[in-house]
Amino acid sequence: MSTRRDFMGMALGGFTAVGAVGGFYAAKRTWDPLPSVKAAGSTIVDLSQAKEGEPMTEKWRGKPIFVLRKSADMPAHERDVVVKGVRYHVSIALCTHLGCIPAYKKASKTFFCACHGGVFDTSGINLPGLPPPSPLEIPPFAIEGNTLVLGSEGPEYLALKKNNLVV
Amino acid sequence: MAKIDKKAFPFSKQWLDDRLALTTVMKVLNTEYWIPKNINFLWAMGMVLAATFGVLVISGIFLLMYYVPTVEGAFDSVNYTIMTEVGYGWLWRHIHGIGASLVFLIIYIHLFTGIYYGSYKRGREMIWISGMLLFVLFSAEAFSGYMLPWGQMSYWAGMVITNLFSGGSLEAYSFVEWIRGDYVPAQAFLGRFFMLHVFLLPLIIIATIVFHFATLRLPHVNNQEGKEVDFDESARLWKEGTVESRKKSEVIPFSPVFLSKDIFVMGVYFILFFYLVFYNFDFAMDPVNFDPADGLKTPAHIYPEWYFLWSYEILRPFSKDVGLIAFAVAQVALFALPFIDRSPNVAPASKRGLFKYWFWTLLVIMIALTALGKLPPTDPVFAAMGLVFAVAFLLMGPALYIITKFEKKIEEGA
Repeated sequence: MSTRRDFMGMALGGFTAVGAVGGFYAAKRTWDPLPSVKAAGSTIVDLSQAKEGEPMTEKWRGKPIFVLRKSADMPAHERDVVVKGVRYHVSIALCTHLGCIPAYKKASKTFFCACHGGVFDTSGINLPGLPPPSPLEIPPFAIEGNTLVLGSEGPEYLALKKNNLVV
Repeated sequence: MAKIDKKAFPFSKQWLDDRLALTTVMKVLNTEYWIPKNINFLWAMGMVLAATFGVLVISGIFLLMYYVPTVEGAFDSVNYTIMTEVGYGWLWRHIHGIGASLVFLIIYIHLFTGIYYGSYKRGREMIWISGMLLFVLFSAEAFSGYMLPWGQMSYWAGMVITNLFSGGSLEAYSFVEWIRGDYVPAQAFLGRFFMLHVFLLPLIIIATIVFHFATLRLPHVNNQEGKEVDFDESARLWKEGTVESRKKSEVIPFSPVFLSKDIFVMGVYFILFFYLVFYNFDFAMDPVNFDPADGLKTPAHIYPEWYFLWSYEILRPFSKDVGLIAFAVAQVALFALPFIDRSPNVAPASKRGLFKYWFWTLLVIMIALTALGKLPPTDPVFAAMGLVFAVAFLLMGPALYIITKFEKKIEEGA
């Protein structure tokens, strides 16, 4: 049975629901990363600074980035970034388990994560049987001369991405 | 309008009763809220928790006056301004730190008391569930508070815990970034956790404490034997007021009789509390967190405060996805306790056959997980032990179901 009271109830409920949805949307947007945060997303890495066999740590979007100029005894890998004939391992230096920063161990030539004991080789590949489920992630990059522009997707990055090698 | 005594003197008892039913309220909440006599000091933990929460709120108010919720200012506002400049600022900080640690110690005692005496069954399910809800809320409150000094442990705990929300292989990193408001924990992250810690979570906690009290009012607190007390008859005997009838009554009023016992236990507790505040405050102050947050340097070994170690250790020994699932199960498993326990008996564990062993095994497992969670992940022997105890913890649920399914009913008066 439809009465005026039912109508008033439904009208009130309808307006309240619309208001609630709007309110929740505004709350969600307030919680979103700010445009200024998203805009500050590009870092230029000068590769001439990289020493052979020793990773350097850059900062991109607040995250540390490993850039390792591979020495001759480090095995080549299809994930390597090749610039002017030199092989580099470039990755986001956060363990793919829970995001701690692995430390480079010179003796064993591995990246070791102290949080839960994950280990990655010089190509960023996770060693089996340990917590990390995947290799260190390769950030989007573009090669410009002897520099890397982190945050933009160059053809070399897209090629890696196409072959599912970036994560 | 109700009957109002127009001659009553303003703010006299009669005047207030006409307007607020004050006498009735006092009866319902205090003088005629009946507590069984057959209890021990473990029944005081609820009020000890309420008092500790009060101390946390008061010390928090004073810290809030000088704390600066910015990534540039937070560390110094705590470690320099509050600790060295503000008169007695150190006192509030140490009270707040020790209080946060001890509140969990008492929560665990309170929780294991409930499990031991079967106080989560036969009409008391909502007490248990609202209590577990408080445990989760206090955990969130402790975690958000731990972010605020913006030291190395704050930052990296924030990094690791928010990464849990990527859901392992689901790789929901945009969700993680949404929680943080940035790619990494930064200003947006500190600002929102500050808001959660000082306003929203305390507000919800206070509401939930009121609800937790409300869930107790009808089923009443349990007693040492799990006996079904005839509250009406015992209340009548108490109210008769003679020495003889009060002796025969099985209950005492919450206030002033039970509360006076509570306050004695609180007195003992606060001696320990202030001993720690004045002489042993280091135990709640991790040295790593006295280094300012640095997003480019992970501390050698990240571990949570002691009260989260057991669940951290459940996460650690497995591969990422399995670890996350085990962790999630461990967080919610205890909520289901009243429904996993199939036994009709409300009795202390010592009288419940195999359940006795189940209870002590659970306690040992949680203590072992806590101890192992603090150790670095590198030792293979400890890592293997962690795996064994984590699996054992997960098996305790099904074990409880089977054990209690076959538990013999204890006859009344046996």
